[in-house]
Amino acid sequence: MAATLDIITSALLGIGVVFNALGVIGLLRFPDLYTRMHATTKATTFGSIFTSLAVIVYGLATFIGKSDTQYLTLAIHAFLAMGMLAFTNAVSAHALARAAHRSGQFPAQAVCDRLAEAKS
Amino acid sequence: MIPFLVTTGIAFVGYLILTAGSGTIGLWSPTELIMGIILAVVTGVLTRNFLCRSRDYRLLSPGRLLRLLVYVPGPFFIELTKANLDVAYRVITGRIRPGIIRVRSNLKTDLGIFMLANSITLTPGTLSVGIDEKTNDLFIHNINVGEGDEKKEYIESKDLFTLVNLPSWIRKIAERDREGEVS
Repeated sequence: MAATLDIITSALLGIGVVFNALGVIGLLRFPDLYTRMHATTKATTFGSIFTSLAVIVYGLATFIGKSDTQYLTLAIHAFLAMGMLAFTNAVSAHALARAAHRSGQFPAQAVCDRLAEAKS
Repeated sequence: MIPFLVTTGIAFVGYLILTAGSGTIGLWSPTELIMGIILAVVTGVLTRNFLCRSRDYRLLSPGRLLRLLVYVPGPFFIELTKANLDVAYRVITGRIRPGIIRVRSNLKTDLGIFMLANSITLTPGTLSVGIDEKTNDLFIHNINVGEGDEKKEYIESKDLFTLVNLPSWIRKIAERDREGEVS
């Protein structure tokens, strides 16, 4: 039982770390603010969802095994953190992109820019 | 009165979730329950006009809440996974074709637009940059604009998602009151 739990949590942590690492690589590779934000805000949200899932699975499994309520609290708080992370990431990414476009940062290598056309 | 009750209820449920596992009445201890009620009432009095500014209580109906609870781990998570793999591929290979496109949302309420914009931003590869307040069209920065899409004046929002039709889910959650009726 404990070995299975270890394997599941390690797998979830592994997936999460891989996606977070891809976010960092994207930040270094991509040409402008918008594409970099794709890498950093989104890949890291997905990665952090998986690392939080590892905490939730560990907390719930230990709670069922030992019925110690502090593990239930751990799982619930990790779940809340996951939800908040997803929400604030989406809203702040939108705010950043909008602020950048309004202050004259236009996308590099873009094939089209309908927003700039709509403004002019 | 309704804003006060709604805010108090939500604050109390939030407090209960945060303190689950503290005692013996269900999962909570008596002190936490009493403290939760007091704090929820204080929160309700102070912030009722912030949370319920639009006076739109549509999300309180059980059917819509249930659909929302199915939507987030179901169709939304499928799209999230698929899109993340796509961006991972582009990070590794560097094959991008960025551009800002206009997307016709066909949604009418603020709540619907809000959910669609957030769903678009959270699925990687697409990022909402702006909104046309008159027509409720969204401006989306897409990391890989489809071949020929840059010539079209706008594209339909359901074409952004390949596996599941997320906009129709959002319409069911946030807008349509009954079958076929648009509010």
